Amino acid sequence: MSALRELTKGFYKENPVFRLALGLCPALAVSTSVQNALGMGAAATFVLLGSNVVISLLGRIIPAKVRIPCFIVVIASFVTIVELVMGAFLPELSKSLGIFIPLIVVNCIILGRAEAFASKNGLWLSILDGIGMGIGFTFAIVLIGAIREVLGDGKLMGYMVFGPGFQPVLIMILAPGAFITIGLLMGWFNLLDERMKRRAEQKAARAAGNARGGR
Amino acid sequence: MDVGQLLAIIIGAIFVSNFVLARFLGLCPFVGVSKDSDSALGMGMAVIFVMTMASLVTWFIYNYVLVPLEITYLRTIAFILVIATLVQFVEMVIEKTSPTLHKSLGIYLPLITTNCAVLGVAVVNVDEFMGVGLARNASFIYTIVHGFSAGLGFTLALILMAAIRERLDLVDVPKSMRGIPITFIVAGLMAIAFLGFSGLKIG
Repeated sequence: MSALRELTKGFYKENPVFRLALGLCPALAVSTSVQNALGMGAAATFVLLGSNVVISLLGRIIPAKVRIPCFIVVIASFVTIVELVMGAFLPELSKSLGIFIPLIVVNCIILGRAEAFASKNGLWLSILDGIGMGIGFTFAIVLIGAIREVLGDGKLMGYMVFGPGFQPVLIMILAPGAFITIGLLMGWFNLLDERMKRRAEQKAARAAGNARGGR
Repeated sequence: MDVGQLLAIIIGAIFVSNFVLARFLGLCPFVGVSKDSDSALGMGMAVIFVMTMASLVTWFIYNYVLVPLEITYLRTIAFILVIATLVQFVEMVIEKTSPTLHKSLGIYLPLITTNCAVLGVAVVNVDEFMGVGLARNASFIYTIVHGFSAGLGFTLALILMAAIRERLDLVDVPKSMRGIPITFIVAGLMAIAFLGFSGLKIG
């Protein structure tokens, strides 16, 4: 049960982008299309998984005082692997993601998970945590990418969504569109959260009322 | 090296491809430290200083260590380590030499290590000014100037945002949009304004 929770918490409850406001730079910069977003999500998930595995294994060996530099070296090594592999096999994707591949190193999600989770937990839970958070990040960035691609380009994954009469909202694939999209999405997530909380409260109140009535 | 090119780099880094509003770098401090203009100014100064220093140091590392040893593919690891060390070192020096400055800048320095704008400026410098056939002294000066003006552009965006957010406190924003969401909407409007600079052609 707790293993399932580690895997799914990144999706909604602790979604790194929408709830924790981490990893914002790549989430906005490369979400111009679903394809780019998927590439970035996969790269970040791989680094997150790799660094979580290594750090959970080394957790007891690394002295507490130099742990941050050690974490950074581990993360940077995995990022370099991604950089080289992507440059060799997916040169086009590598070009469109540009400097945001090396910048995965400073993605706060990865260092954050290393510090807050992997260094304190075992291998198995750290793997689940890495995958879960990676999926949560990918979900967020693909959602932003889909909205921006559909509105700004009239396409989804390269296929036309609307008829030929559609006028693309160019601003959506430019920088301002990213800011406005994520602002509205975060607001929407907050709204959902409020609704859920209010409903839970009402339910609790009703249950309390019933209990009193029954007595 | 000519002055026109230099001017183009400065205007480009501050306005046209502003690090925050056009390149999406350094968003975490942009959202996190823009609640009041005093701390925005402090953070901005710290970022300008560290970005200029980081440009300087990574230029030396790239040209005198990575290129001669033919390990330029290790630049990510080398740069992040150098930047982390640099930030620690700067913090220690400031603490020893100027306690007043440390009081105003000190708390922002540790935040800068994981600021993607600093590693970003180093990577952009390599892509644009190194290994592209520029003379060594020209690439050195362009790198430093670019680092400094990128920091200036970051500070400009941060201070503008802080000034707007101070006024936003008095506005009746819907509950679910308060805090970070409305900040992003405002940033989007600012980015639209900054898009206007992309028509500038200099040099």
